[in-house]
Amino acid sequence: MTLPEDRLSNLRRLEAESIHIIREVAAEFRNPVMLYSIGKDSGVMLHLAMKAFYPSKPPFPLLHVDTTWKFRDMITFRDETAKRLGLELLVHTNPEGLEKGIGPFSHGSSLHTHVMKTEALKQALDKYGFDAAFGGARRDEEKSRAKERVFSFRNGSHGWDPKNQRPELWNLYNARVSKGESIRAFPLSNWTELDIWQYILTENIPMVPLYFAAKRPVVNRDGMLIMVDDERMEIKPGETVEEKMIRFRTLGCYPLTGAIESNADTLEAIVREMLIARTSERQGRLIDQDESASMEKKKREGYF
Amino acid sequence: MSVAEDFYSAEEAVTEYVAAQEQKDQLRFLTCGSVDDGKSTLIGRLLYDTKLIFEDQLAALEKDSRRHGTVGEDIDLALLVDGLEAEREQGITIDVAYRFFTTDKRKFIVADTPGHEQYTRNMATGASTADLAVLLVDARNGLMVQTRRHAFIASLLGIRHVVLAVNKIDLVDFSEQRFNAIKAEFEQFAAGFDFETLQAIPMSARYGDNVTGKSEKMPWFAGPTLLEHLEAVQVGEHELEAPFRFPVQWVNRPNLDFRGYSGTVASGRVKVGDEIVVAGPAKTSRVEKIISPLGEVEAARAGDAVTLTLEDEVDISRGDLLADPTARPDVADQLAAHLIWMSDDALLPGRSYLLKIGTKTVNATVSEIKHKINVNTFEHTAGKTLDLNEIAFCNLTTASPIAFDPYEANRTTGAFILVDRMTNATVGAGMVWFALRRATNIHWQALDVNKAARAEKLGQKPVVLWFTGLSGSGKSTIASIVEKKLHLEGRHTYTLDGDNVRHGLNKDLGFTDADRVENIRRVGEVAKLMTDAGLITLVSFISPFKAERQLVRDMLDDGEFIEIFVDTPVDECRKRDPKGLYAKADRGEITNFTGIDSPYEAPENPELRIENTGDPEVAAQKVLDLLEQKGLLTNSNFVSHGDYI
Repeated sequence: MTLPEDRLSNLRRLEAESIHIIREVAAEFRNPVMLYSIGKDSGVMLHLAMKAFYPSKPPFPLLHVDTTWKFRDMITFRDETAKRLGLELLVHTNPEGLEKGIGPFSHGSSLHTHVMKTEALKQALDKYGFDAAFGGARRDEEKSRAKERVFSFRNGSHGWDPKNQRPELWNLYNARVSKGESIRAFPLSNWTELDIWQYILTENIPMVPLYFAAKRPVVNRDGMLIMVDDERMEIKPGETVEEKMIRFRTLGCYPLTGAIESNADTLEAIVREMLIARTSERQGRLIDQDESASMEKKKREGYF
Repeated sequence: MSVAEDFYSAEEAVTEYVAAQEQKDQLRFLTCGSVDDGKSTLIGRLLYDTKLIFEDQLAALEKDSRRHGTVGEDIDLALLVDGLEAEREQGITIDVAYRFFTTDKRKFIVADTPGHEQYTRNMATGASTADLAVLLVDARNGLMVQTRRHAFIASLLGIRHVVLAVNKIDLVDFSEQRFNAIKAEFEQFAAGFDFETLQAIPMSARYGDNVTGKSEKMPWFAGPTLLEHLEAVQVGEHELEAPFRFPVQWVNRPNLDFRGYSGTVASGRVKVGDEIVVAGPAKTSRVEKIISPLGEVEAARAGDAVTLTLEDEVDISRGDLLADPTARPDVADQLAAHLIWMSDDALLPGRSYLLKIGTKTVNATVSEIKHKINVNTFEHTAGKTLDLNEIAFCNLTTASPIAFDPYEANRTTGAFILVDRMTNATVGAGMVWFALRRATNIHWQALDVNKAARAEKLGQKPVVLWFTGLSGSGKSTIASIVEKKLHLEGRHTYTLDGDNVRHGLNKDLGFTDADRVENIRRVGEVAKLMTDAGLITLVSFISPFKAERQLVRDMLDDGEFIEIFVDTPVDECRKRDPKGLYAKADRGEITNFTGIDSPYEAPENPELRIENTGDPEVAAQKVLDLLEQKGLLTNSNFVSHGDYI
């Protein structure tokens, strides 16, 4: 089947829409920033930003909120990416959290996420006075995201009020904010996980090696395969470290990110695996598993 | 499963599959229906049948079905799409949700919009980006008032393809007669709308009949299933046939050698060498290069996000519209449009809003509501204001001319939103009907004797001293002392007082919000003429709304509007009550009284705030000191000293 000449393909339509959103933010806001989480969605968003402004560079810096518990491969990839693209990269870690030694093993996933991600992000946004922040979230990820606007309004304390969002019509985004308020902009709102991978494949976008299957040391903990990425991970009695062919569908703090057993070591193989997947990608995230409305709660507090 | 498994062994198959994806297009549709028509269930069914529900989501769904479900033992598919906690507990959908599913032929983006009476706003939102609308009706109830409303809104928002989903057909024994009756009634009703395709389908979303698979229970129905229709319907792109339009988003200037204009092609096509015109200034040039996400290309089309470079150096910035010079857009500062109101605060004609069209934002006011449209009966009714979810046909005036097309001809260059200047909320959505031609023929009479000349003759700088505050706050008393002192110094002044103007110029106005806005607008215009005449104008008006004070500020040149907030607490005003109005308001004899049952929005950054001093002489001196400080009492021949160290 070939597409009639007068129809844009799904991927090209998504790509154009995202570029439009990215340019609109750059044109309308005083001081925007792109949240770069190093994952596949961030990678696609960054790739689109490079296209949106070519031959100029994107007129905003990248910001990574570093919890200090990311996979080491992610940090290496982050620094290489910023260097390769010639972009300014800001890295922020919550200094109080660092001082108190907050971490997922000692303090649990929920406190760790709150202090080292949510609070740290707010600190960084306040520190630099950003009035808009790009995020790579997609509406297909999770139920509370399905109603998220492309321009999501946040009050002076970065809170999200689902009942106080602006109607969003056509491609006319309302970028007006008062001092202290901000917008989280989601250029990938209408992409699905499959779209993301197909685009990565079509465009050959570099990705963190952790997405590709390789032999890695893992521990089976609470039904999830947790990779032993550094010496901070204590092996509990009864646990054994095994070398397994694994990969990740989503990346975050290594102690909170479950791997899947897989042999998919090429982009083609990943897409193939996607097509027969029977679980959604967020299942690999420990923070979503408590309550089905937990994402909504976190967003109200200022989480992406 | 089986289709995917076939791919599992062969890597090339994946490559082929991905290549096929490149050939897959996208269809955006919205679903609308009344409460309990089964909208959420229908979308849940589409996601379920196209295998877009993963095992973990299914597990969560089973858990939720036991907690909130309304269908007994079965899995409640509606719970899959009713997202937020609040609405799940209330059992209704309160906002637009976007869902995704894909088949071998198309990717679908579904806008799920609620059917409640008060949510016209949400349906318009979902419809604005949709190619097609699925209108649900319950086979037992047939067409409802809501169905008509949904068809009307879909048509108003420019949707040309409609599916009438006659749901719950199982509850009328799969009756062909019932289906045909509903279909006929709808077709007759919809004949007045300009739908290109209209497909009625009998179905049961709960059991899946005719949703993705053909129903064995309705052999009498020869048409397609819903999914078959969605996969096949040709939604011809009208944007492609319309003339070239390109709203400039961002000027791309990496270095002195490159100057490009980035934006999304709103309609038509463009290729290298084509002549283009900048709407408005009417400067022309030719396209030199087109840079697309795929690199440099020869041509671009509606929907493409590109960067254009031109052969000539033309002064172009964000907000400009590039167009086909042989088919130019309208350029005007007055236009007629349909407006959907989306805010709890009513639209007030005369109030200043921000209007965003394409990439341009300008100040605008609704100059007149021609008529409101009852969305249920389509009757035209008169109205002075427009409330949440109401639709009206209006005249608008913009502060500077804008370029646009009628919405009917172009869904991108004919659409705009209105933003409240104070709250920054999106309060209205508009669709341009036509330009008001007379606008283009009105030119300001250029007079040789101008404001500067008159002011110079009078030896002063004209300003407006705008006293705002509650009734009884002392505005008029203070203004009167200020005027006397200015007069003694040889200044030329005039006072506009609320009460006096209401006896003459504004005697036709009452005290509703709409009338208050008009009251201030007229006084603002008079003050502007006085300023033009070179006078120092003192205005003492309660003027309770920020937006109106801002409106007057915008009418005047920078620095000409001096807002003086006479900040006397309401208790003190009530105690003074010089005209006995508070006593009357308390007895209920007058309503809409500011400070009692009508709000007063205090200025945030007035040029001067006079707190309750109790002594109007002191207060008046503060005003004079401010004028002195601003250098407004120096002779106009005298060069302002400005800031010095």
